[in-house]
Amino acid sequence: MGNKRVDEPTGVETVGHEWDGIEELNNPLPRWWLWTLYATVIWSLVYVILYPAWPLLEKGTEGVLGWTSRGQLADEMSAEEARRAPILQAIAATPIADLPANAELMQEAVAGGAAAFRVHCVQCHGANAAGSEGYPNLTDDEWIWGGDLPTIEATIVHGIRHPGDSATRMSLMPAFGQMGILTPAQVSQVTDHVLSLSGQSAGNAAGAAVYAANCAVCHGPAGGGLRQFGAPSLNDAVWLYGGSRAAVAQQVNSARHGVMPAWEDKLDPATIRMLAAYVHSLGGGEAFAAPVAATPTTAPEVTPESEGTNGQQ
Amino acid sequence: MANNDPVIHHSPLGDYQARRTVHPRRIDGPFRRLKWLIMGVTLAIYYLTPWIRWDRGPYAPDQAVLIDLAHRRFYMFDIEIWPHEFYFVAGLLIMAGIGLFLVTSAVGRAWCGYACPQTVWTDLFQHVDRFVDGDRNARMKLDAAPFTWGKVVRRAIKWTIYLAIAFWTGGAWIMYFADAPTLTRDFWAGDAAPVAYISVAVLTATTFTLGGFMREQVCIYMCPWPRIQSALMDEHSLLVTYKDWRGEKRGSLKKAEKNPGEYGDCVDCGMCTAVCPTGWDIRKGPDISCITCGLCIDACDRVMGEVGRPRGLIDYVTLDDAEVEAKTGVVRPAWRNLLRPRTIAYFLIWGSIGAGLLFLLGTRTHTQITAAPDRNPAFTVMRDGSVRNNYTVKLRNMESRPRDMLVKLEGLPGGRMWTDAMPAEAAARELLLRVPADQTQTVRVYIVAPRATASQPFELEAIATEPGGERAEVETQFQGAGGS
Repeated sequence: MGNKRVDEPTGVETVGHEWDGIEELNNPLPRWWLWTLYATVIWSLVYVILYPAWPLLEKGTEGVLGWTSRGQLADEMSAEEARRAPILQAIAATPIADLPANAELMQEAVAGGAAAFRVHCVQCHGANAAGSEGYPNLTDDEWIWGGDLPTIEATIVHGIRHPGDSATRMSLMPAFGQMGILTPAQVSQVTDHVLSLSGQSAGNAAGAAVYAANCAVCHGPAGGGLRQFGAPSLNDAVWLYGGSRAAVAQQVNSARHGVMPAWEDKLDPATIRMLAAYVHSLGGGEAFAAPVAATPTTAPEVTPESEGTNGQQ
Repeated sequence: MANNDPVIHHSPLGDYQARRTVHPRRIDGPFRRLKWLIMGVTLAIYYLTPWIRWDRGPYAPDQAVLIDLAHRRFYMFDIEIWPHEFYFVAGLLIMAGIGLFLVTSAVGRAWCGYACPQTVWTDLFQHVDRFVDGDRNARMKLDAAPFTWGKVVRRAIKWTIYLAIAFWTGGAWIMYFADAPTLTRDFWAGDAAPVAYISVAVLTATTFTLGGFMREQVCIYMCPWPRIQSALMDEHSLLVTYKDWRGEKRGSLKKAEKNPGEYGDCVDCGMCTAVCPTGWDIRKGPDISCITCGLCIDACDRVMGEVGRPRGLIDYVTLDDAEVEAKTGVVRPAWRNLLRPRTIAYFLIWGSIGAGLLFLLGTRTHTQITAAPDRNPAFTVMRDGSVRNNYTVKLRNMESRPRDMLVKLEGLPGGRMWTDAMPAEAAARELLLRVPADQTQTVRVYIVAPRATASQPFELEAIATEPGGERAEVETQFQGAGGS
């Protein structure tokens, strides 16, 4: 093929091709290069035997090591679970009021809560808990039922207006207009009064009278709200169902009642605790007051013995 | 010329060439001594550097040179490089590259001949050969001899020494990546990380193979650098040159005595080829095999001295000077070629990069602040109608001690801030935060501004509280409730 010849200066045979006067020497490859080729061939044979390699009609060859990428993922997931287990146990064993005292555990709880929030809560409360009309914004400092850690946890555990949970958060504002308790004129007047509580309208005496008779018992004389009943404050800038005149009037006429499931049955206690920690961390969390408000109606008699047992609890 | 070269043989299908073992002969001379010196210095730097201690206080490692991958820090004596300052390392690599250009254009393949690790370790292994098996002739004889017990024992000793050097080479490498004394203890106790054992195993294997057996084949077949070098060299770059105009026609002293005037200076003793570590015959001219180590110059100068002829039959000569000398017989000194526009240009580029890096190193601050506003929700309306934005603020303390930093709100009238570690009631226009030694502290910062505050830019300034403390500031955006 071509015109092979021996190149004079080097004494090496050419390959016989010529491109515009440029020829190529047929220098021999070094022997070790050949060995390297054989080594890669052997390597590939070993690989094909050890690992999944050949695609067949149904599935590929499996390899004697039994390695799969799914199996590796499962291993990594269970290793991560094992790593997290002691943290979750510690969180489950720590009463939520004591969680902030342990900064490291609190950090883990907030991070774990953020992950769980993205799975269970974003559908209603939004991607970063900013909420929307009818679904409370959890990043502000307005709390219908209370914004300290134990209260938030209790709200998540028992839900809001969740059927079948005796401890669920329950409030039912009557549909004042629809049920005929107030006339349309009165609804309009009291709407003006409600807006005046936050300085958005001048208000009027008739509306104030209607408010005092019908609303003040739950929402407070000045519209400060009452968390015990889940009555939102009306004198601030945060509105669950909107703060326009029409939205407030509609709520007086026929109040809407949102529902949040009780998560007790769906999530384990550690996850609920982490969710509470996360929601509390969003910027509006309130400090936990000493449990004076939470004492049972009949206070136990304090004796030295029972004091000791109380301390244990 | 080389048609009868016994090594190259052909078959119709192409061919593979078996390696012809090179057995360089011992030689002494100025270039050999230079090679010893560079070998000693480079090996000492490589093996000993990780063991130098350097006091940086209680919060930083006390190893002078340490690449701490786990904590993303690079320590080099008084310099500490963070990942975001990797351009210093990039700059050093660029300097190393341009340094190679500079050296190549000035003195040719000096890197190959003296300082390349492949050359240094090959040289070391060839000294082991000489130590165990004797000099060139003894080694060639032993190579050709059948395998007797004596030969097996010699081979076993030689390869054991190879392996020891190779292992030490791999072991020294990992010392750069962890505290050397601790790692040494852990390594022998079996407690070191798997990557340490794997690195040592791989480097032991490559050193053993490349230094013990592949040797000059790495330079001739595997290394890309000689190919690049040929583009960097010109007629003013130093080459090891056999002055054929002076040496030819070759002939022994006896022949020259019989026929005066017919023979050149070369006595055809073959010493230049015998001492060559890559087995090249320099009298065939320059070649990729010639790493310009100058050992043949030492050999030839010695022979010329013995036969009473002037030295320099083989010498470092540029192509340009060779032409002049061949025509006129004038020997031009080689150093003249060092200073010329091309080398000066390389040196200026190299030097200005170095000066730029030093300037940056001297003027960098050890305090930094960044602020990333939350995008969702972009703002939150509070009960009293004020507007809150949330920020992830990062404070970077690059000094090896904890520092207090005062973070101040600049701009944003009426704005106050607090962190997730304090109650909202403590909101103020200044926050005093403690940043741990040599760390970046991430803080959630809530900033609240009065109702109707418009969207506007503002600054967060971090001031280290020590006397004459460094300042750093960052501009970020406040999102008002008016728009989203």
